[in-house]
Amino acid sequence: MRSFRILTPRDVATAVDQLPATRGPATREDARVLAGGQDILTELKHDLIAPEALVDLSSIAGLEGHERTPDGGLRIGAMTRLVDLERDASLAGAFAVLREAAASVASPQIRTQATVGGNLCQRPRCAYYRHSHAPCIKKGGSECFAATGHNKYNAIFGGGPSYIVHPSDLAPALVALNAEAVVVGPRGERRMPLENFFTLPSEGSILRENVLGKNEVLSELIVPKPADGTVSTYLKFRERESYDFALVAVACTLRIDGSKLASASLVLGGVAPIPWRATRAEVLLANAEVGVDLVRRAAQASIEGAAPLSENGYKLPLTRNLVWKALTALGAGGAR
Amino acid sequence: MTTWNVRVNGREVSVEAPPMARVLDVLRESLGLTGSKEGCGEGECGSCTVLLDGRPTCACLVPIFQVEGRELCTVEGVAGTELDPLQRVMIEAGGVQCGACTPGIVVSLRALLDRDPRPTRAAVRESIAGNLCRCTGYERILRAVEELVGSEEADA
Ligand SMILES: Cc1cc2nc3c(=O)[nH]c(=O)nc-3n(C[C@@H](O)[C@@H](O)[C@H](O)COP(=O)(O)OP(=O)(O)OC[C@H]3O[C@@H](n4cnc5c(N)ncnc54)[C@H](O)[C@@H]3O)c2cc1C
Ligand code: FES
Ligand code: FES
Repeated sequence: MRSFRILTPRDVATAVDQLPATRGPATREDARVLAGGQDILTELKHDLIAPEALVDLSSIAGLEGHERTPDGGLRIGAMTRLVDLERDASLAGAFAVLREAAASVASPQIRTQATVGGNLCQRPRCAYYRHSHAPCIKKGGSECFAATGHNKYNAIFGGGPSYIVHPSDLAPALVALNAEAVVVGPRGERRMPLENFFTLPSEGSILRENVLGKNEVLSELIVPKPADGTVSTYLKFRERESYDFALVAVACTLRIDGSKLASASLVLGGVAPIPWRATRAEVLLANAEVGVDLVRRAAQASIEGAAPLSENGYKLPLTRNLVWKALTALGAGGAR
Repeated sequence: MTTWNVRVNGREVSVEAPPMARVLDVLRESLGLTGSKEGCGEGECGSCTVLLDGRPTCACLVPIFQVEGRELCTVEGVAGTELDPLQRVMIEAGGVQCGACTPGIVVSLRALLDRDPRPTRAAVRESIAGNLCRCTGYERILRAVEELVGSEEADA
């Protein structure tokens, strides 16, 4: 590990000033943001990055904590700890998806330190990316070794030229809730739907997973007020029950009005380089009559267009069945 | 080197270390508190678990500068001059074999019991989800807690 400086700014503007001023995606050596450290410290240890400085966000007032907005939405500071979402019993109904997703992340120890911003900005877990000596395309090499090598944990949607899956559990939940991301850079603040924050390897720079410039900081998430009566859930399937990243996860919010689905949002985790909206299933669900047949068709639609690799075909039935389970649990199959 | 002020096991401590020194190394090497162990050094095994302001955390993944002015509790702080009742039942129920995971498990369980004195079996399991044990198969650890809190509760 190369030595580096620690900077502890007291406000976001100073943090932005301390990040590299030049444009373009970050290089291995550029100064980086440090939040809870549960991801980046291991990246440093394995020499995946060798920044000249770490800009620590933990002394900045106002970034930690979440609260209801006056209109019934939610504001979540980027430095909010996952344990604080997990322990907030008022995150129920439409917001249950967020609480369940937070509780599903890693272990209690990690959730004490891990932050919302760090969870959304964490780097891929693909074994080739994490291997110090594998010059994979996500680290500036020319090849995605997962495309032809071991790819049990890789993407079935949106892959190419890299086939990573986005590891965040909060991302699908917050996208399903139509959250907005607030990003602060040298020219001030910009806002965008969180859905547009994440970028496919074929769209943005292959070296990153989102639109953040190297001198930008994610400062908060704004969740708009969900319609009254919205219910939600986060289902995560993993190899180990104790703690693990998702093989497949489903974030679902929906609202039933009489015998119809007034609205439904369905976002998948563990299947693509970004939180993956199951658009075809959502179209099927919108304004449809609830019932087991609808749930079956929506579950099938959620895997249409998937392109599995040599070792991850199991993710298709897993995704379909998990979507079926989530929709049924929320009542889209009709009264049970 | 910088001087850091931290409350460790109820005592104010000033310790010299570079800002990125891991809390685990400061505890073990500067303060001689060798109860917390290093297994993986990457947040996966939990053998380094300590309480930071009462919450379990991996001492291998926290730099000392982030705990300035805060409170740490290690397994040495769980036991006073005598063993904590939790430690006694762990020994009696066979929840300790090689002992490598034990300090971390005791700290994780203590944090749970302080927050929830009568936890369900599911809550006990979740509280040690981040603590790897290669010896006991966990069952005797779960039974030890049940003995302590007097719960006959079936798996929730
Ligand atoms: C054993 C283990 C198991 C895990 N399991 C899971 C799991 O099941 N699910 C899951 O989702 N995650 C899991 N993780 C990943 C875990 O690191 C993240 O969940 C955690 O939330 C990261 O947050 P942090 O604050 O510690 O981030 P840090 O490590 O501090 O930062 C992560 C990255 O984000 C950048 N960053 C952080 N905050 C900001 C910001 N505000 N603006 C711009 N950039 C920022 C940093 O520069 C860095 O590149 C696991 C980790 C471990 C060690
Ligand atoms: S040594 Fe810290 S979690 Fe393994
Ligand atoms: S007793 Fe040996 S690892 Fe748990």
